Amino acid sequence: MARPKAFDHFREVQEEIGKSGAAILRDAEGNEDLIIDSPYSIHYIHSYAQDSPFFLGLAEGKLLGSRCMNHACGFTYATPRGHCMVCGHATTWMELPRQGKVHSWTTCLFGGEAFLKETPYNLAMIEFEGAQSLLLVRLKDCVQSEIYVGMPVEARFAPEPKYSITDVWFVPAK
Amino acid sequence: MVSGGVTKFAKAHPEMDFRLMVKRAYDQAMAEIPNLTRDQIDGSRISYFSDHFARQLKAASMVQDYLGLNPKGSIRLEWGGATGGECFQAAYEAVASGRMDTVLAAGFETMSRVATWKGNEFIALASDTNFDFPLGGFYTGYYALMVVRHIYEYLRLTKFSHVRDEREAQRLAIAEGQRIMSWVSVKNHLNATHNPYAQYPKRLTVQDVLNSEMISYPLTREQICTMSDGAATAILCTESVAKRLTDKPVRIIGVGTGTDTMRLADRPFGTVPLFPHETARDYEHLPYPGVHSFRAGRSAGLEACQMAGITNPLRELDFIELHDAYASSEIQTYEDLGLCRYGEGYDFTLSGAPFLKNIEYGLEVPEAGRIPVNPSGGLIACGHPVGATGLMQAVFAFWQLQGTIRQHFGDPTLQLRTPRRGAIHSHAGTGSAVTVSILERGF
Repeated sequence: MARPKAFDHFREVQEEIGKSGAAILRDAEGNEDLIIDSPYSIHYIHSYAQDSPFFLGLAEGKLLGSRCMNHACGFTYATPRGHCMVCGHATTWMELPRQGKVHSWTTCLFGGEAFLKETPYNLAMIEFEGAQSLLLVRLKDCVQSEIYVGMPVEARFAPEPKYSITDVWFVPAK
Repeated sequence: MVSGGVTKFAKAHPEMDFRLMVKRAYDQAMAEIPNLTRDQIDGSRISYFSDHFARQLKAASMVQDYLGLNPKGSIRLEWGGATGGECFQAAYEAVASGRMDTVLAAGFETMSRVATWKGNEFIALASDTNFDFPLGGFYTGYYALMVVRHIYEYLRLTKFSHVRDEREAQRLAIAEGQRIMSWVSVKNHLNATHNPYAQYPKRLTVQDVLNSEMISYPLTREQICTMSDGAATAILCTESVAKRLTDKPVRIIGVGTGTDTMRLADRPFGTVPLFPHETARDYEHLPYPGVHSFRAGRSAGLEACQMAGITNPLRELDFIELHDAYASSEIQTYEDLGLCRYGEGYDFTLSGAPFLKNIEYGLEVPEAGRIPVNPSGGLIACGHPVGATGLMQAVFAFWQLQGTIRQHFGDPTLQLRTPRRGAIHSHAGTGSAVTVSILERGF
């Protein structure tokens, strides 16, 4: 039986296992480490559970936050929560305005592996009139040099929903 | 604490799996206290962050097994980036509660088993997978969001309040923030040139840091820690056992933990929990923590200091090893730990207070040596094998307090002169969980 090819550098080993599935890494003392390709993929049956109405709302072009039902509290959330973090009461759904302001932002030149093909992309935390917390979204149709804290922005919705937070994004307000 | 061990942190250790890495760090710790035999260890606390990186569930059991510690008791700990700090405190509690007389804390991570950007994806799974992860799967992006707001609150609204044009004012503030963050990167990388365990020791200039690749604006590559393979161990025991094992024990005099919302978007805009040397008037118009500060770091610091009887950390601590996963979070953490007031982190950096006195950084640092922060080089320069990191800090702080840096590093440069107390600070995803432990020379 043939032995896997041997290399002196980890990077070469990485390339080789992508091709043949196995390689040997040799160090200066002649020690050998056998390294193999080991793929892994899975489809999860992911439920949005109590967050479901938010994602169904996006598909209808609606942005849903939530409000604490305890009248003494009444905390309002731009990113919905089923139960209030302040007092623990259940919340109810409320529609958010489509306009907001940039609370903070960044332009990402990299990302997790699945997102590298989308770089560069902007992230922004949005503050809304009538909501006490923020919403994290992608900010499109503008580049790094144009974005600033306080910038007025408005929501856009995907015509073909993927039932993901990426079904909504914001653009500079007209 | 009576002993500790660390493997050299590296981009990849293909010659060792996690069991062998921990074994090496364990052997190092055991070799330094020959009066302790394995059968005198009552049990262990073992930490690693991600089952995805390990691709081996119950990896902590395999460590326990490989070290030959079965059938003693053991608990596995995981708390994101604060995993190692949590492990240290769990070991402390095992002894403090009377459950064990002698306990091993061991942590590891093998992050080289996947490509870097897949690794970033794994780490980002420690953010809300409904609302946050699908936007980029990228923690550096989250920290960039935090520091952009931190710069807005503390540079735009102060140093640049005279600039009329809003965009121009913010650009100038961010450029100033980037420059000051680069000081932290220069410090930590240069400190690490005297630490043989560090992954990325180097001499950089502020310009080098600014010129390095932009990762997530305004954070550049040299302002961000990297992924590593590594392991670290600490041996903790009661005071009476300690006296038998070493003439240089270190006492754990304070432990604190704090938490915050998983999503940055949910962080409240409330009031600052105060250190005794602060007043509510200091922060009259500051919405806190917002997305600019780590409330969990403040809570953990307050709890640990209160337990240790410390009212002013700047005056009563001699050094800090803190979780500088990003140069930005080191500056934010100065404020959380009360080394300066909220809003003073940038000036505190420029004062030189967190720099070492005896190293020539090529920067004007008039107050160098006031409270060295990350004398070891921190995560930015030592690396960040998550489950080991908090324990690595414990080991470096332990050697610092023992006065054995020269012996362990083969170089006396990083040894502070007779430090009495130091703090270690371990921090998870965007500050959703933080531990602070305070160590004191026990001889």
